[in-house]
Amino acid sequence: MHDNVVPVSINLLIFLLSAFLGLGLIKKVSKLLHTPLMSLTNAISSVSVVAALIVMAEPKNILILTLATIAVALAATNVISGFMITERILRMFKKDNGGKTK
Amino acid sequence: MIESVVGYLYVASAILFVLALKWMSEVKTARRGNWAGSLGMLIAIAATMIAFKVQRTDLVIIAIAVGSLIGVPLALKLPMTAVPQRTAMSHAFGALAVALVGTAEYYQRIPQISNFAMIVLTAEMILGFLTFTGSTVAFLKLQEIIPGKPFIYRGRNFVIGAVVAVIAVMAAGLIINPNNHFFLPVLIAAALVFGLLLVMGIGGADMPTVIAILNAYAGLSAAALGFVLDNQLLIVAGTLDGASGFILAILMCKAMNRSFVNVLFGGFGATASKGVIATGDVKPINIEDVYLMLEAASSVTFVPGYGMAVSQAQQVLRELGELLEKNGAEVLYGIHPVAGRMPGHMNVLLAEANVPYDQLIEAELINPKMPTTDVCVVIGANDVVNPAAKEDKTSPLWGMPIIEVDKSRTVIVLKRSMNPGFAGIENPLFFKDNTRMLFGDAKASIQALISEFRSG
Repeated sequence: MHDNVVPVSINLLIFLLSAFLGLGLIKKVSKLLHTPLMSLTNAISSVSVVAALIVMAEPKNILILTLATIAVALAATNVISGFMITERILRMFKKDNGGKTK
Repeated sequence: MIESVVGYLYVASAILFVLALKWMSEVKTARRGNWAGSLGMLIAIAATMIAFKVQRTDLVIIAIAVGSLIGVPLALKLPMTAVPQRTAMSHAFGALAVALVGTAEYYQRIPQISNFAMIVLTAEMILGFLTFTGSTVAFLKLQEIIPGKPFIYRGRNFVIGAVVAVIAVMAAGLIINPNNHFFLPVLIAAALVFGLLLVMGIGGADMPTVIAILNAYAGLSAAALGFVLDNQLLIVAGTLDGASGFILAILMCKAMNRSFVNVLFGGFGATASKGVIATGDVKPINIEDVYLMLEAASSVTFVPGYGMAVSQAQQVLRELGELLEKNGAEVLYGIHPVAGRMPGHMNVLLAEANVPYDQLIEAELINPKMPTTDVCVVIGANDVVNPAAKEDKTSPLWGMPIIEVDKSRTVIVLKRSMNPGFAGIENPLFFKDNTRMLFGDAKASIQALISEFRSG
């Protein structure tokens, strides 16, 4: 397997910066949108599909290949349903106009 | 050459994920955010397939096809009332995916695995597997396949402590010598049991917090996997998700004036204290009198809770709201953060029923309006409007921020019967001088009010 090309400290830095960025961004999210926020972040974190694909690239044995393939299916389910449900929910939020009959 | 291109594609993907969250801050730009996220994901997957030269494209296609077969119908057909369940299920799926990749990576690397990698990998597998069973239990409770009540027994904390001890010993064993591979199945089993035991003891009313905590765990385990695989995109995306779950969990805890520990181990609703027993006269009211009251009101605020979702009353509620507006009243909806079964649940249900989102007002902003509100209508909410939170120090709700409906001129509570709410806590609101009880199914009551308006 490949050795670490990026030092752990750099990864730690990326982690910490992402954490601060994430905390700052999420705090600003309107309370109205907390449900779609959850479905969106869930879809985004299913970028773990990438990890599963990497493991699938050079599996040592069939067990590893099987585990990774199942993981791809699970993560893909989340990616697809996550983004689609978020879109469906967001479409429902409408401002007060047109709806009223005079 | 191709590797550096892929690196830049990962950067593009990370930027798109960050923009996605930024655009989520308001309704106007939220959909753009979702598209940015989708595009980022597409880039990430394509770049990985190319860079790592995944040979078994047949398996990848099958796996993605299976994912689409489950995901697409789920996304299209899911009723909005079931969004909390689907969220719990997606945390289960995501966590299991991460946990399986972690397990695969362990077997892939053994016997050459650094101590640092093993520490992160162990943490990742523990988080992943416990989030998987925990979220599955949350799903089963929300779907009402198993009872939503907290499953509390004597010695619960001792049993959980014992399982934690097993996890700790196995984790230590693996970290000291990663080649102790027989420790791994025990570690996995213990983590699975831990997630199960933990969430079994938590009641339905606490689900908003639990779902948010599990969301944070799922994100963090993905980030940990990024450390193991040395994949920075995974670190960024997982951490963003973890931060989101963490903030939502804090908001939910604040909205209930409780701590994480209390939510996870408190067994809320199973405690002995229910607060001072409220006494006095309950004043029932009939449809006609409610109609007259609403007809005369110039400001009406609806306060929905989980009961509204149960009786599917959101559509008729919006109809009633429109009739009241036509009648000249100002109509608002007071939304408590923990009303419902997940963060933002009520907003989604009301938005689906075509309630304009600028009428959905959060608790802190609606409370100052209460003294000048003519009529407050409480639909299937209980704890979130319970004045015991401010008046009764012995109440388990003491200190929780509530929507202060009791300050309005008149409160009408739509309720099936006088049974206390889910947590069984006494609610003195029902006995206040300005409270009237309209007994019956919420949807049926509102429908009756609508026909009064139409005929009157």
